[in-house]
Amino acid sequence: MKPAPFEYAAPRDLDEALDVLAEHGDDARVLAGGQSLVRMMNARQVSPAVVVDINRVRGLDALGVTNDNGSSTLSLGALVRQRTSELSGDVAAHAPLLAEAGAQVAHAPVRARGTVVGSVAFADPSAELPAALLALDGLVKVRSRAAERTVAADDFFTGPFRTSLAPDEMVVGVEVPVTAGRSGSAFVELTRRQGDLPVCGAAAVVGLGDDGRVAQARVALCGAHQRPVRLPAVESAVVGADDPSAFTEAAARAADGLDPIPSCHGSADFRRHLARVLTARALRTAVARATSPKETTHA
Amino acid sequence: MPDKVRIRITVNGTRHDLLTEPRTLLADLLRNDLALAGTHLGCEQGVCGACTVLVDDVATRSCLVFAAQLDGASVRTVESLAGADGTLHPIQQAFTQEHGLQCGFCTPGMLMGACELLERVPEPDREDVEEALGGNLCRCTGYQNIVRSVCTAGRLMSEQQQSEQSGVRA
Repeated sequence: MKPAPFEYAAPRDLDEALDVLAEHGDDARVLAGGQSLVRMMNARQVSPAVVVDINRVRGLDALGVTNDNGSSTLSLGALVRQRTSELSGDVAAHAPLLAEAGAQVAHAPVRARGTVVGSVAFADPSAELPAALLALDGLVKVRSRAAERTVAADDFFTGPFRTSLAPDEMVVGVEVPVTAGRSGSAFVELTRRQGDLPVCGAAAVVGLGDDGRVAQARVALCGAHQRPVRLPAVESAVVGADDPSAFTEAAARAADGLDPIPSCHGSADFRRHLARVLTARALRTAVARATSPKETTHA
Repeated sequence: MPDKVRIRITVNGTRHDLLTEPRTLLADLLRNDLALAGTHLGCEQGVCGACTVLVDDVATRSCLVFAAQLDGASVRTVESLAGADGTLHPIQQAFTQEHGLQCGFCTPGMLMGACELLERVPEPDREDVEEALGGNLCRCTGYQNIVRSVCTAGRLMSEQQQSEQSGVRA
């Protein structure tokens, strides 16, 4: 018996879950897939007084595309498993970056329980899915008993394992805008062993104009900063580019202003180096895929 | 001490109605409360895969799930593989034949991971096995014999199924 004792709440609907969070705040933890929370409880890195198991809450496992005034949105509820997202036709069609990043998270049995939203809420600065959500310009849907709000992913992540979530709030889903036109994406990472957290990873989404040049780009990194991070300087430098050397040039700025967390898996300098190399690789692959949609291998 | 939680859980086909502390992990429930010590606990943090069991047919780290979460679930452990008379399951036969184990500590997790794979993909290739068991650590074999064992198990099970079908026809 490893974890410290706790009160177990298994609400059947969202309001009931939010009531528990309103009552217990910081003393409560939300349990979805549990692949990070239970591990930390086993090691007694966290010992919540109350665990709110949301697995029986109705409606949180929805995954789908909604249309509203001509704009489409892919949304994933808080109980959508990583494996479900990775294998979903909707995700493959509208946010292939999420599927590609998701397939690189840990191993199949972990992904079968772990949720996409759980990984976002956990906000591990090295994890793939938060960086993918940033590059997809994603939104985080947050609820408390009193209010509901939508936070841009870039405003959600505030530091290592830190988010703008208040103690009485929980993430009920994430949303990704669906864009039309010639676009491509790529997620590339370096891991010490397959399935490990990456030392560093890069996510890129590009849109091409009619002339075949990059018209929009979004780039985000994991493992390279105190939090998953967008790279606006690289994004603006890459707009207008149409050949691979220009992507490498733009990616040279990838580590500017970053403050990587060093570990035994990679010093801060090595992570800055990887930020540049992986950003260039992700951009090249994303553009190659946008140019020729059948392109699947990494450039 | 917080209230105990009542769970009704089916383990290897047997129904149990239990009261358990919320903090009891599935692995501990199996080993301590149900005396099914075939499920091994290695790292207790989801890394080694030794504690893998099937929860509603899905390979799951039993060290990362609370038993309280599994009210109504059906669990299969390594004890479900061999027949009541001790006849080894084809997966176990294959591991014996191909030397898929040495010390045997990781074996229950390997067998249950393989079991899930073979129910999805009857004759897996190397790559399928590497994907399915990539999160299971083995410190003895160097993995080659494990991969070979699972591929062999797939063939054994297909052969067995074919001979059963032709037996029915005869």
